[in-house]
Amino acid sequence: MRIEVEIRKTLRADGREFHLDVAFTCEDDISVVFGPSGSGKSVTLKALAGLERPDGGRIAVDGRVLFDSRNGINLAARERGVGYLFQDYALFPHLTVEQNVSFALLHWWQRRPTADMRRRVTDLLEIFELTGLERSYPAQLSGGQRQRVALARALIQKPAILLLDEPFAALDPLLRIRMRQELLNTQWLFKVPMLVITHDPQDVAALAETVIVLRKGRVDRALDLKGAPYRDPLGAPVRGAIRKLLLETYGEGVSGEGTEAMPGAN
Amino acid sequence: MHFPQEVLIPLLLTLKVAGWATLFASVAGVGAAYLLARRRFPGRDVIDAAMTLPLVLPPTVLGYYLIVVVGRRGLFGAWLEETFGITLIFTWQGAVIASTIVAFPLVYKAAVTALEGVERQYEQAARVLGKAEWTVFLRVTLPLAWRGILGGAMLGFARAMGEFGATLMVAGNLPGRTQTLSIAIYDAVEAGRDNVANFLVIVTSVVCIAILVGSGRLLRPRYTT
Repeated sequence: MRIEVEIRKTLRADGREFHLDVAFTCEDDISVVFGPSGSGKSVTLKALAGLERPDGGRIAVDGRVLFDSRNGINLAARERGVGYLFQDYALFPHLTVEQNVSFALLHWWQRRPTADMRRRVTDLLEIFELTGLERSYPAQLSGGQRQRVALARALIQKPAILLLDEPFAALDPLLRIRMRQELLNTQWLFKVPMLVITHDPQDVAALAETVIVLRKGRVDRALDLKGAPYRDPLGAPVRGAIRKLLLETYGEGVSGEGTEAMPGAN
Repeated sequence: MHFPQEVLIPLLLTLKVAGWATLFASVAGVGAAYLLARRRFPGRDVIDAAMTLPLVLPPTVLGYYLIVVVGRRGLFGAWLEETFGITLIFTWQGAVIASTIVAFPLVYKAAVTALEGVERQYEQAARVLGKAEWTVFLRVTLPLAWRGILGGAMLGFARAMGEFGATLMVAGNLPGRTQTLSIAIYDAVEAGRDNVANFLVIVTSVVCIAILVGSGRLLRPRYTT
């Protein structure tokens, strides 16, 4: 899986201008785009999903061109075949867990899933340990359960790539550690390539095979962390060092909560 | 007092007129509100003001406009009569048009507020899940804005039920054909038939209270966001 991104966009707000000009390529199972708030990582992710239109550039996933300003290609979000995990999950509040997860499968005239769809949903809910919550509404779920529902909803369509927008920002610190592990398991189980954006160095240390660091709308550096695998004890010190480096270099606007309850991380 | 003739006929006619008017005003109001709430284009504020105009204009002015447009010699009315042989003036369909116009701003305003209150993120989530705009609207935007829209439609219905001025000018006061409750009340008071007027007033009030209470129950929240 190869993700090629090369985009330019000028954003204006409150009389200030922000120029985004990023280019990177990643081929790993989990790539992390790291950057302090206001570095342009959110716009980059939205551009990949087709929720934001760049002024120019090119985006391709596995050779399939999603956006190319020179050739006038700009696939609509619905045609891109990407999964997207919103920061606060954006679960439909008026639909049950089952209806949320089956949403992508339903036609416009269908309110409820057919027996066939229901089987797929049931299997998926079992994998995400959500069995028994089929009829619950999002407001009745815990933070961790909400994230699992959002993952199930995004993965039911078997997307070519899963984009995750600050996936752990909405969770409390202890749950964050657990959900990072769950995300790694999900990646392993579904073999779906993931692109995560975050401002938390701990996410980089815990998840990244490649990290692309954005600063002020540009790629500041890209680091390959494959030499320091997460499950390998030898990887841990390297990852700890990377985390420290990111925290020190990009201290302003970066999550300081990275120091929380993470034994041996420093 | 002949009960069916004097009460039931205007009551049923009023419900029929207000029902159709609410339906038309709701479809048009939600459509217009969706464009205004979701699209940015020049002259948006002028169109918004024009949509709200029937709320502030005197009903007689609206009635006059309607006669100019759908009257027998009107811009649209003359064409309608020549081509299809249809006359709207002095018919209950004419009353529906008048009531639709006065009910429209109430549904429209409520729908704009309700649609603007729907977080874009839910719509974006639906798009990323492969849904076309029509499905996004029908399955996400509309259900999330439903309560506000229904509230506006209720007000629109109540307004259409009480519509008097424009209806009188366009549809006239033909007992059994275009004489709605509010016109029948006026007619009864003018003719000094106080017992009929009393009864009609009570019936109108009871029907309106019943509608408001009933729809208030329908509007209880089912979920929280």
